[in-house]
Amino acid sequence: MKIYVTGDVEVRALAGVSLSIEAGEFVAIMGSSGSGKSTLMNILGCLDRPTSGKYILAGEEVSRMDRDELAEVRNEVLGFVFQNFNLLARTSAIENVELPLVYQGVGSAERERRAKRALERVSLGSRLDHTPAQLSGGQQQRVAIARALVGDPKVILADEPTGNLDSRTSIEVMALFQELGRAGITIVLVTHEPDIAEYATRVIVVKDGRILTDARREQKVAVVPPLPASAVDAAVAITGASAGHPTPDKGHAT
Amino acid sequence: MSAAPETRRPKKRRGGLNPLQTLRVALRAIWRNKMRSFLTTLGIIIGVAAVIAMMAIGAGAKAQVEAAFAAMGTNLLIIQSGSTSSGGVRGGSGSQPTLTWDDLAAIRTEVNTVKAAAPQLRSNQSIVGEDANWTTGVIGTSPEYFEIRSWPIALGSAFTQSDLDGGSKVVILGQTVVDRVFGPNTDPVGHSVRIGGKPFEVIGVAAKKGQSAQGQDYDDTAFIPMTTFAQNIQGGLTKYLSGQIYVAATSSDATSRAQKDITSLLRDRHRIGMRAEDDFSIRNLSEIAGAQAEGADTMTSLLASVAAVSLLVGGIGIMNIMLVSVTERTREIGIRMAIGAKPRNILLQFLIEALALSMAGGFLGVALGVGVAQYLATRFKWPTLVQPDVILASVAFSAFVGVVFGMYPARKASRLDPIDALRFE
Repeated sequence: MKIYVTGDVEVRALAGVSLSIEAGEFVAIMGSSGSGKSTLMNILGCLDRPTSGKYILAGEEVSRMDRDELAEVRNEVLGFVFQNFNLLARTSAIENVELPLVYQGVGSAERERRAKRALERVSLGSRLDHTPAQLSGGQQQRVAIARALVGDPKVILADEPTGNLDSRTSIEVMALFQELGRAGITIVLVTHEPDIAEYATRVIVVKDGRILTDARREQKVAVVPPLPASAVDAAVAITGASAGHPTPDKGHAT
Repeated sequence: MSAAPETRRPKKRRGGLNPLQTLRVALRAIWRNKMRSFLTTLGIIIGVAAVIAMMAIGAGAKAQVEAAFAAMGTNLLIIQSGSTSSGGVRGGSGSQPTLTWDDLAAIRTEVNTVKAAAPQLRSNQSIVGEDANWTTGVIGTSPEYFEIRSWPIALGSAFTQSDLDGGSKVVILGQTVVDRVFGPNTDPVGHSVRIGGKPFEVIGVAAKKGQSAQGQDYDDTAFIPMTTFAQNIQGGLTKYLSGQIYVAATSSDATSRAQKDITSLLRDRHRIGMRAEDDFSIRNLSEIAGAQAEGADTMTSLLASVAAVSLLVGGIGIMNIMLVSVTERTREIGIRMAIGAKPRNILLQFLIEALALSMAGGFLGVALGVGVAQYLATRFKWPTLVQPDVILASVAFSAFVGVVFGMYPARKASRLDPIDALRFE
């Protein structure tokens, strides 16, 4: 359960949610704004702790960990992909990707080697020294995925990863997620677009802080449509824009 | 949610990230806002430069005072006869000599805090050369005099004990006398001059000593053996030493002790009663020098504390800009936290940034301060002295300022909630 307190008003953002996700699943969490899906994502991402209840991740109870321990879990077990990419501005792609390894204390030579490999895995091996401003939205999101991948995470959490991308680039990104899922990484994706949720193996719908439906389904394989003849790179459409779902200002209640 | 029951994540406590890496990140952040960083550090730069320059001026003034007194001779005591009246028992005080040649001998042999003692008999005499003449203060003394006054002989040699015993007509000239009588850049050794109508051989030239603090020219003088002086200028040796006795104590710490010892010796020898005043006086130059140096010190610390206040103001400037920086980079902090930065990593990052700013200011300030001190020294002939420990202290203090004023913004950054920070626009 997660309760937010705003002044005298208690907001039960999540209540009575019981959920179990197996390793290797590709889960899409859906819901309208205010449904509690962002709160659920924050708890799953170890960015926040539930007011009550347990969260066990990879065999460890993380719901009672302190800030340092949560930081370690985020660093080693999880990888994050955000709607607005959240790359460090004026910092090259490879350095952005190296960042999680920096906080692991990995030496610079190995950091560079692993960051390069991660960028090659998202087909950006030729754009190592580009800064986010020099990359298209789709490329920025691929850098963010490489950053999420570089620490060999067990789970990748993606919060509206296609929200700022055009449909073609969205499919590219989903294809990449499916590829990572086949490689054994658990993927949890928050979206409000039903056609994006179709690429997952399981769809959970959240409403008013509760799970409305939870269904396993046949995964739709992401096939990137061929490039229109006019566009050299279709992925230049949207960059830098951001849109977060409004969530109430909060203070923690324990 | 529980992921598959995989093996437990091994608990490992990492040493954290490489401080060098943190420094690189901090320097890059500083470099990104070059102008802003420079203006921020300007407070520290000016503060440190002011401290360095003020201390250099203060230390230079002090050194000048000390050098002026060192020129008179270190550990120096000057004993003068009859400058105090003894309650009317003796008729004319001052003019009446009370020091004897035996007193001098007793001071030399009986006081163990005395290194050397020499008489100074002085009379204005005309020194006549071949082409020119010059009237100066001729001093009759013994060879120890040059040691007592730390006054080396530049050319030729000093007179010896045998010159003293035989009353030789030899003279050592001060540089000013040489310039006046023989002309500049000449070597008068071996030449002859007439003093009081009698021929003297020039056997040496005293090293140039310059001016006293009062502007008196030390080099406008000449030295002859005291016996020669007594015979040829005073008209015969008497029991009394009609001049002063210059005494060097064994060390500067022993000067006061020597003063006491000599006082009691002379009172004893002159049979002065318990309540009666001294019939001589002793001037302790190291005491006067000490008082003047203390005055210079007070001035220095006053100037330095004013300068230190500007350093403090510089620190506040750093805190201000770091707070701005934390707010500007809230999102960056959120990203770093989300991907695994611990609060202390963030704390260290901003603390090192503040430290780098203030230390850079410190180093630039040292350079500027030393430059200003040099400029004052060459352009205005101010005596400045840059002391290495002042440089170290200013750099250390600017680092301290950086840590103190960087701590609050860094803590603020490290306590941000990652969710709020990520949502920050």
